[in-house]
Amino acid sequence: MKDKIAEKVLLFIALSAILSLALITFFIFQQGIPLIFKAGLANFFSVKWAPTRAGFGILSMIVGSLMVTIGALAVGVPFGLAGAIFLAEFSSKAIQKTLKPVIELLAGIPSVVYGFIGIVILVPFIRNTFGGPGFSVLAASIILGIMILPTIVSISYDALRAVPSTYREGSYAVGATKWQTVVMLLIPAARSGIVAGIILGMGRAIGETMAVIMIAGNALKIPGSILDSVRTLTSTIALELGYAAGDHRAALFACGSILFFIIIILNIIAIRITGRK
Amino acid sequence: MTFRIGPRTSQIIAYTILLLMTVIVVVVLFFIIFYILRNGVGQLTLEFLTDKTREMGKEGGILPSILGTIFITVFAILIATPLGVGSAVYLVEYTRGGMIRRIISFGADCLAGVPSIIFGLFGFIFFVITMNLGWSIVSGGLTLAVMIIPTIIRTAEEAIKSVPHSYREISYSLGGGKLDTIIRVVLPTALPGILTGIILGIGRAVGETAAVIFTAGSSLGLPTSVFSSTRTLAVHFYILAREGISMPKAYGTAAVLIIIILAINFIAYRLMHRFIARYY
Repeated sequence: MKDKIAEKVLLFIALSAILSLALITFFIFQQGIPLIFKAGLANFFSVKWAPTRAGFGILSMIVGSLMVTIGALAVGVPFGLAGAIFLAEFSSKAIQKTLKPVIELLAGIPSVVYGFIGIVILVPFIRNTFGGPGFSVLAASIILGIMILPTIVSISYDALRAVPSTYREGSYAVGATKWQTVVMLLIPAARSGIVAGIILGMGRAIGETMAVIMIAGNALKIPGSILDSVRTLTSTIALELGYAAGDHRAALFACGSILFFIIIILNIIAIRITGRK
Repeated sequence: MTFRIGPRTSQIIAYTILLLMTVIVVVVLFFIIFYILRNGVGQLTLEFLTDKTREMGKEGGILPSILGTIFITVFAILIATPLGVGSAVYLVEYTRGGMIRRIISFGADCLAGVPSIIFGLFGFIFFVITMNLGWSIVSGGLTLAVMIIPTIIRTAEEAIKSVPHSYREISYSLGGGKLDTIIRVVLPTALPGILTGIILGIGRAVGETAAVIFTAGSSLGLPTSVFSSTRTLAVHFYILAREGISMPKAYGTAAVLIIIILAINFIAYRLMHRFIARYY
């Protein structure tokens, strides 16, 4: 009897995560989607953002989000993969044991601290070296690239370690070097895990807010070069939510809906890929 | 004739490049921590930690933000722990694969990937506006609770899974029911692992900005009840740095944040290690 009640209560508790997800989905879309139809798709996907005067164009922010995300991947993927391969295949147990928590620590540093480092070090460096305002696509890409490293390293590392050791032994037995084994055998075998890590890293980059606001400059136009200022979907939400009302607030939720839709798609792809093994 | 690099040479080149890139990653991490601490630790006087904030943060200390961070984090953990641990118990002890398990896991995985600004939007419209809780410790705490549930579920699930099956069988053979076995045998054994998840959840809550700034607000007063608006350390730091109010105070606040995060990660790591040492 007691066990039966406990099971029902626990089932109810266990549904909390999926129920939260459903609530979030409902409220974000319910607040945002109607505005997209009210404004009309042509207005919504234009570059004119003047939400207090019925200009709801978010195109420059979508382009901005995509640019910094691609930039973040360009920085994060090579370093992340290199770190994962080095840790998984080229280092001793002792180094693995020390470096893994160190890289996890990187994930624990608050995003505002990354943004601050961007302001005090990276932005002046870019301004003095390459010119322009410093607050730029490049600054945001580098900081976001560092921020997504832990995701890419730890998921790719796990995927590489999950490849059966008989693969490695077989490869060494026919005379292949470690590097040949990594390139020809381990990376293809761990491919799905590595891709999932990159997709989750992409989700983190496109969703990051505070660090981006602090270093991207937030100018409302499509950047002409990587040294130009840029504004993302997330920055617009965070910069304007504090004072927005009426249709303006709804427009911010519409930005949120687009962002949330992209994130859910990325998550589903990543979950599908990792779930298959 | 084409020029070819032999396998030995390519191995050496690859090793060098990989080593170099890994070193860069580690150096960047240590640089960030070192830089913040070097510039911030000098600010950390007793007065800075225990004084009220004056002139928007230009003068005085960070006591309100320390209290705000503690209240919101404790509130979030109190809500998220039973939900997260309960979910993990259900997943491990009551499901054998199947649809329900897939749905619950999907919920946790998907929620884990939702960015904090979305939690901020949701908390703002749901807790602050719809439930009329206003900008408050409650709204901020509930929002963070939703955000850290997946962390606690995943870690607790691993911990409960690794409790040896024989423990449960012995309990059953002594006449223990399923619930008794879970409460008296499984959970105490899995405790260090579960605590690790809770501590990682605390870490996420302490470092969070986007999800709390729109749900708990940024009031600098000392909170008087759970319905007071408050500002966390991360939010205070963000405002100091972005509005350029005071660089020394910003470094000081950042140093406090970094020290808390380092301590949290260290404790979580030690706990996990003791746990792993016992069962693997």
